[in-house]
Amino acid sequence: MAASNERKKLLEVSGLTMDFGGLRAIDNVGLDIFEGEIVALIGPNGAGKTTFFNCVTGIYEPTQGDVKIHPPGGATRRINGMKPNRITALGMARTFQNIRLFPAMTVLENVMIGRHCRTHTGIVRAILGGAATAREEKESVDKSYQLLKKVGLAEVADEFSRNLSYGAQRRLEIARALATDPFLLLLDEPAAGMNPQETHELDALITRIRDEEKVAILLIEHDMKLVMNISDRIYVMEYGKEIAQGTPQQIKENPKVIEAYLGEEAHA
Amino acid sequence: MTHLKRSLGIGLWFMFLTLPLMVVRVNTVSSEVEWRWANLVWAGLCAFAIAWLWQFSIERRAAKRAQVAADAHPQKRKPTLAQRLADDPVLNRRVLLGVGLLAMAFPWLVSSGQNFYHVNVMVSALIFVVLGLGLNITVGLAGLLDLGYIAFFAVGAYTYALLSKNFDLGFWTCLPLGGVMGMLFGIVLGFPILRLRGDYLAIVTLGFASITKIVLENWDTVFGGAAGIANIPRPDLFGIELDGRQKAIYTYYIVLALVALTIVVTNRLKNSRVGRAWMALREDEIASVAMGVDMAQTKLSAYALGAFWAGLVGVVFAAHNSFINPDSFTFMDSAMILAMVVLGGMGSILGVIIASLALKLMPEYLRAFAEYRMLVFGAVMVLMMIFRPQGLINDMRRKYEYDTADKEDTDGGK
Amino acid sequence: MDFEYLFQLLCGGLVKGSIYALIALGYTMVYGIIQLINFAHGEVYMIGAFVALIISGVATLSGYSGLSVLIVAAVVAAIYAAAYGFTLEKIAYRPLRGAPRLSPLISAIGASIFLMNYVQLAQTPDFLPFPELVPEFEFMEPLLQYVSSVDMVILVMTALTMVALTVLIKYTKIGKAMRATQQDQVMARLVGINVDRVISATFVIGSVLAAIGGVLIASRTGQINSAIGFMAGIKAFTAAVLGGIGNIPGAVLGGLVLGVAETLGAGYISSAYEDVFAFGLLVLILILRPAGLLGKAVKQKV
Repeated sequence: MAASNERKKLLEVSGLTMDFGGLRAIDNVGLDIFEGEIVALIGPNGAGKTTFFNCVTGIYEPTQGDVKIHPPGGATRRINGMKPNRITALGMARTFQNIRLFPAMTVLENVMIGRHCRTHTGIVRAILGGAATAREEKESVDKSYQLLKKVGLAEVADEFSRNLSYGAQRRLEIARALATDPFLLLLDEPAAGMNPQETHELDALITRIRDEEKVAILLIEHDMKLVMNISDRIYVMEYGKEIAQGTPQQIKENPKVIEAYLGEEAHA
Repeated sequence: MTHLKRSLGIGLWFMFLTLPLMVVRVNTVSSEVEWRWANLVWAGLCAFAIAWLWQFSIERRAAKRAQVAADAHPQKRKPTLAQRLADDPVLNRRVLLGVGLLAMAFPWLVSSGQNFYHVNVMVSALIFVVLGLGLNITVGLAGLLDLGYIAFFAVGAYTYALLSKNFDLGFWTCLPLGGVMGMLFGIVLGFPILRLRGDYLAIVTLGFASITKIVLENWDTVFGGAAGIANIPRPDLFGIELDGRQKAIYTYYIVLALVALTIVVTNRLKNSRVGRAWMALREDEIASVAMGVDMAQTKLSAYALGAFWAGLVGVVFAAHNSFINPDSFTFMDSAMILAMVVLGGMGSILGVIIASLALKLMPEYLRAFAEYRMLVFGAVMVLMMIFRPQGLINDMRRKYEYDTADKEDTDGGK
Repeated sequence: MDFEYLFQLLCGGLVKGSIYALIALGYTMVYGIIQLINFAHGEVYMIGAFVALIISGVATLSGYSGLSVLIVAAVVAAIYAAAYGFTLEKIAYRPLRGAPRLSPLISAIGASIFLMNYVQLAQTPDFLPFPELVPEFEFMEPLLQYVSSVDMVILVMTALTMVALTVLIKYTKIGKAMRATQQDQVMARLVGINVDRVISATFVIGSVLAAIGGVLIASRTGQINSAIGFMAGIKAFTAAVLGGIGNIPGAVLGGLVLGVAETLGAGYISSAYEDVFAFGLLVLILILRPAGLLGKAVKQKV
């Protein structure tokens, strides 16, 4: 963490505000992510964490503020209000809190959708076939299969995704997001609904993904053990506002955070 | 026992429901009231039997779902016949070859001299196969519920009728033009409406189709009004004179070729990057967009391509009938094509072909059925959604060839 | 500019629009609660009209006539429409709760086709004359050039029905339960509301309104057939969308606006294209303002 100043900044959010009608869901929140980091965004239910994700990934257009990305080897872009698919193509991919897979497609096909923005076959070329198209298709399949191996789902590659267990579906979402070749991966409650054993494996998986795929990770999570274990830095939100940020140790000792969590049952 | 009681109750309830409509008929011309009490008994009996069957089926459906949910090793389940057929390339090829040969020989087997009725029936049926496959792209693959699909068929048919009447253009020139016109209409209409939610889209497409029909009916200086356009030339074969039977057989081969073309194209698209994006949009729009799929462009392509086939085969329809009027392009026709897709299973090519042939041929050969045709279609659509939403042919999943080689621990690796 | 003609058209448009409003209420209420376009709603309206025709036909041939027959016929029609609406929901929609969004819609289309053909087979595909049961009221004399007695009955009946509906939804227990379910089904269930019953009640109420509309329009046009539900259904749906689907005052406003717009279009431009105006309006409103005139834009939850 000491080195984070020298690292390259990937995501820079400043003054982000989101209103729904009269309701201010996010109020002036800032957040930075550097290369190779795992950053957690925590807070009580309804604090605006998922809304923050949706603003960053283009599903909502923020009312105020800036979302800027600095892709490695690319120019800085301000991505407010950009379509989600464009943002994904620029190199940010996400998973969903309430799993959103394609239930009637196979596990492998789910991951292959992630390759969509990195491949180019259009209608005409798909109809005519040809060597280039076949090669691209093969690359998609192989790359997707390797990702399935990484998350431990290779043996169910041909199964419909709706038939997977909850934990497996969460891992499939991660594989699908990774297939878009992101430089930043956003995970929305990846451990929700998992048993302790699965959560433990997820812990290792997330760290491994960061190291092997060279992606930075931003995650929303309620499982404090997981968060404290793997995060380099933590941001805490409450009622749409950012109330603290720092290393896991700093956050644990922060009186504001303790107060915010007192009402809730203590997760830690 | 409770089943029996409930079924009895339901039987009585339906006797009550059908009482005025099925029993009483007022003839205002002769000022008589006709009482058909026998119908009431039938309604009660049928409702009783169906209720019994219904409760049984609903329970079975629930049990089956519970079983699937509890299944720890879904991949070890026994594959269905269709799945095995699709997975076995040799068998697959043999069956295809057999069906192809049969289709080629068909017109010669069933027609002779002046009698080529069966060929004409089959041409109509195959036209609907193409329509079914075209709508399958829009509804089945991309999940865009189009209730006005018949309008694009009308666009193709009128394109040929008008171009041949006014500019003396031949069938083969107009065939691609019809498809292109259909596609253009699809793009122009689709552009503003495709960002609407699924159910709104359905109603708007229905509205467009109705507008199309009203315009065709009323703008008689151009479209011939309700009377339509007659004397549309049949397909030409390098200027060779053909008799009635030969013309029918020639048209048959043209449609058969179109069917084959549609199958090849749909199949290729389905298993490509484009087709996967369509299916992903059908399954979950937000997730697809978040994974980098361009929603507007992808939807538009599916909509326009579906319209293309309708326009294309519309030309054949006009040439085959040599007469068209707006009555061939009603909502009921749209609904029938939709029933074909639903019955065949959204996205399933084989299923849609079988369903189209069945739905088009049955009323033709079972005259008794023809009268109840739409009644049955309606019931089938409801029942399919409840009991077999995936269609008659289901559980087909595409298996890809992949390289498992570069790591050794293919099985145990977690 | 001929103001008398304009006024005539406006009156005609309001009468027509109030019928659309009656049917549109059924669409809007059902949509508000289960987010389903009840495609078969138009058929329920048609069935209401047919039952009324049969009752009044039998009554007329037995020597009864007049407004009382119309009232009896309307009551029976309402009962039957309610029964059909109730059964329709049980069979075609209830097993599909929680299914993908397109499934209940396709089921609804199937149900619509089924009911249309059921009536056609059980009765006749031809138009049947609907007996004239509304007498010429004397007090209507000075107004007759603008509104007929039938039109007057329609306007009064519609107004009364709307008041009754408002009271029902605002003050009765079931009305409160309906509003609660519309806002949050899960929460409503948690506080002990029987959501299944609320949904059934919604279908019943919507169907009764549609049947009233059916009887009224039949006595105005003087003839019905098994296909009238289709067009009326789409028009009413248009009205519901126009006002903002799920919004009850919106449905009424939408119905009136649509009725007037259509009549003006038919009166000044061409009556052959009457339906085109309705569809054109639907397409425009969905593209330009999908939330409708009174609706609020809702963000989809992710």
